[in-house]
Amino acid sequence: MEHHPGDVAETYLMKEYKKISPPKWAERLLSWYCRPELLEDLQGDLNEYFDRNLKSKGPGKAKFIYIIDVFKFMRLYTVRKPEFINLLINWIMLGSYIKTSGRNIVRNKLFSTINIVGLAISMSVGLVMITILSDVFSYDKFHKNRDRIYRVISNYQYLGKKDEDFMATTSLNVGRQIEETFTMPEAVAILRRGFIGDITANDKTLPLFGFWANESLFTVFSFELIQGNPATALKEPFSIVLTETSAKKLFGNEDAIGKTLVFTGDRQYSITGIVKDPPVFSHIKFDMLGSLSTRAIIINKDDKHEMAWDNIWNAWVYLLLPADQDISILKRSLNQLSVKGDATVKNTHIEFDLQPINNIMTSNDKLSNQIGAVMGSSSLWIFGGLSFVVILSACFNYTNLSVARSLRRTREIGIRKVIGAQKSQVLSQFVVEAIMISLCSLVFAIGLFFILKPYFLSIEPSLQKILTLDLSAPLLLYFVGFAVLVGCAAGFFPALFFSRVNAIQVLRSLSTISFGGKVTLRKALIVFQYSISIMFITSTIVIFKQYKHFITYDLGFSTENILNISLQRTKGDLLKKELNELLEVKGISQSHGVMSVGDYFGTNMKYHGNPDDSAGIYFNTIDENYLPLHGHKLLAGRNFAARAGKAEETEVIVNQQVLKRFNIGGQDPAKAIDEIVRVDGKDMHIIGVIKDFQYGKANSRIDQKEFVFRYSNEPTELLNVKIQSTDLLASYSKMEAIWKKHDPVHPFEAKFYSDQLELAFAGLKASMKMAGFLAGLTICIASLGLLGMVVFTTETRLKEISIRKVMGASEAGLMYLLGKGFLLLLAISTAISIPVTILFFEKILFPEIANHAPLSIPEMFLGVLAVLVVALTMIGSQTLKVSRTNPAEVLKSE
Amino acid sequence: MKGTNLGEFEELVLLTIAALVNDAYSVAITDELEKHTGRSTKLGVVHSVLNRLEEKGLVKSKLGEATSTRGGKRKRYYTISNTGKAALIKSKEVRDQLWSIIPEMSLKRI
Repeated sequence: MEHHPGDVAETYLMKEYKKISPPKWAERLLSWYCRPELLEDLQGDLNEYFDRNLKSKGPGKAKFIYIIDVFKFMRLYTVRKPEFINLLINWIMLGSYIKTSGRNIVRNKLFSTINIVGLAISMSVGLVMITILSDVFSYDKFHKNRDRIYRVISNYQYLGKKDEDFMATTSLNVGRQIEETFTMPEAVAILRRGFIGDITANDKTLPLFGFWANESLFTVFSFELIQGNPATALKEPFSIVLTETSAKKLFGNEDAIGKTLVFTGDRQYSITGIVKDPPVFSHIKFDMLGSLSTRAIIINKDDKHEMAWDNIWNAWVYLLLPADQDISILKRSLNQLSVKGDATVKNTHIEFDLQPINNIMTSNDKLSNQIGAVMGSSSLWIFGGLSFVVILSACFNYTNLSVARSLRRTREIGIRKVIGAQKSQVLSQFVVEAIMISLCSLVFAIGLFFILKPYFLSIEPSLQKILTLDLSAPLLLYFVGFAVLVGCAAGFFPALFFSRVNAIQVLRSLSTISFGGKVTLRKALIVFQYSISIMFITSTIVIFKQYKHFITYDLGFSTENILNISLQRTKGDLLKKELNELLEVKGISQSHGVMSVGDYFGTNMKYHGNPDDSAGIYFNTIDENYLPLHGHKLLAGRNFAARAGKAEETEVIVNQQVLKRFNIGGQDPAKAIDEIVRVDGKDMHIIGVIKDFQYGKANSRIDQKEFVFRYSNEPTELLNVKIQSTDLLASYSKMEAIWKKHDPVHPFEAKFYSDQLELAFAGLKASMKMAGFLAGLTICIASLGLLGMVVFTTETRLKEISIRKVMGASEAGLMYLLGKGFLLLLAISTAISIPVTILFFEKILFPEIANHAPLSIPEMFLGVLAVLVVALTMIGSQTLKVSRTNPAEVLKSE
Repeated sequence: MKGTNLGEFEELVLLTIAALVNDAYSVAITDELEKHTGRSTKLGVVHSVLNRLEEKGLVKSKLGEATSTRGGKRKRYYTISNTGKAALIKSKEVRDQLWSIIPEMSLKRI
């Protein structure tokens, strides 16, 4: 500011009040609403009053008056009218934007390709995510009363020990009590598990799956009965409702209704209804339904368990409530019912809650005992979060490349601005360009989606049952919306950057503009991308190592070459005899369950030394061949002796934990032999003590649990066949042929023990696949981005490099010069991502998993190495190309 | 013609613009009015009246030179247009005529 003598006083005043100015937001508000032609004068007037008030009334009051005045001036004649002409101009300009963007996309083929491919890869993951969400949220939509249906869920507490997790099931007892005594629910549907078995009709036998259900089922749910009366179909005992498909399989095109069929060989049921197959998106799926009233007749009269208050593992109860009901009232009645029921059982408290049917597919993962497979909210969140990271990474590519290449576009923007483009118009131009790119990507992404779909569904076997991932018209609309959103996200930052370009500066001289601030940002984005890639790939390696560790875990017994054949209610004796005649078969034993795969059988035990002390224990029922066949180690005593016929169970083999728990024989295996324990209400002699082994899955802490082997010589559930053969597959098919002879109805269900162990860790395998897949994607995207940046850097430094070459720089020296910046970034990414990954596993995941393999740092660096190799190839190939160019060619044109 | 009729406050503002000659901008007009009428005058009211007068074509306005006061914002100076002058003169004539027919006695006693 120049100083004239006359200005001195004014300058002095200004200095004094310089710091105090009207509130910025009020000023902005004024310029936002005020008509441009009135604005300047009004601002001036308010400023003058502000200065006056500053002197007379102080800064606080002056500001207050200013704000009040800004609002007072909001009058009809000052307020800006919506400018239709501007909207029209924007609409017309859209055509121009599309044209210039199109030209720009075509001109920079390499960069457009990088952007489009990167976005397409990440968007395909996003599309899968959208389809999953759409599938999950279309569950149970076919029930007309879905907003009024609630499921009773229960929580089991023994001896005041609170089990945090609810179960989707409840007791039959509570279902019946609600049905009989509660007035609020319009109808109560009860489903009980266990209506599974072979249905024989027309000389055909089919294994079918279903539930016992009461007559209100068709009132609560909207399963559509094609034939039969929905109100009475499930009323009478021995009624059965078949789905359309099951009826067709059994009776062909004959009319099935009214006919009778035989369930599991003995009881006759009459068909009272044919129901449409439950839709794919129904959380309850079945082939048939049996009337719940049948159970009262077929179960033992003195069976107290069926209706016991604490038998909360077998029934699902759904309530249909009247519209607009306060469910807290219902909850209160359930609590009262709970108090009443708890009195009938010892030391147990059952708590109830209500779950809306709309939440079932996305319910908490800890809610166990679901009626069918559910998605679970946490897996949705995890997958959603991961796809977000992948999409973000691709958006960063776009941002990075656009900003880096901004020099080439600034002149264009300068001219646009000089001609009269407003900031907002430049902004929308670049957002439109980004959206065009993302729409192009969408086309590729939809193609990728179809490649990805089968792969994704095969990640976890249960996914195929839950999801279809089919496309529909509204989904395509969502896809387009998603692409636009991604375009906006990717293009917003570059657009903002471009819109701030100063036209005068740009047109005067390009070299004066500094892009210094943006370089750090670009580097930060690259570091982010590479950190994410390294985290994914190291996690994949860690999870893979854990998986290998668990499936080869030393369980304490041998599982090698053992084929477990599920008998499926077939008489096993003959089958066993015939299998034994095969050359490859080295031995056959029988057992009730497969161990170490996560199946548990529990009962209770007492020791006469302390009759009041009772403990829950796990058990398996086996024959005399089981222990030798599986190589279990007996510490003392003997194996079971073979016995013929049905005999009273008198002998038991226990593990060391049992001795410890009850302090039998001073925990000395030899002294414990012949002690008597009471297992499942029967007195039994301890005839042997085996070494502790892993009864639960390798990653559970169940090996620290009391366990007993019980004896039964009747083949009921499983045959364990030890095979010695060079061609396991051929032996398998031989056995399958024998099975077919004995049981033509059921498919041969046999699995190698090692496969079953692997299956038990299918979840881990799935997360490994998932992490590996995402690692691949993020590396792809990050490398594309890196390639773009390297190409750009080498292009802009072509002249510098040529001059260096002329001066005598070596190829290696040049490569180092060009690549060292990127190498530093990779080093920073490694330094960030490796500790984060280690912390994640050590602090968050591993404490949850027992017996996990330790982290090994060298293996993690293997992942880093893989990423480095990819990145170095990108950097190396480009820098090499540049350093090999003939400097004369480049410099000639100067 | 409704547009040329002057309200009381409009007339006052118009007169003040004429009186201030080359220095008539919103704040000065407000101050001047306050000084002469002795009643508190709000900037907002003056502003909207100025706007209305300009719409009626009674005043003309143009932006002045930028100065360092008022936060660097320019002042909008108002001058009376010919129509405005005519309106003022007409209203004065009406008053004068009315004054001239009032018998001298009736107002002297105040």
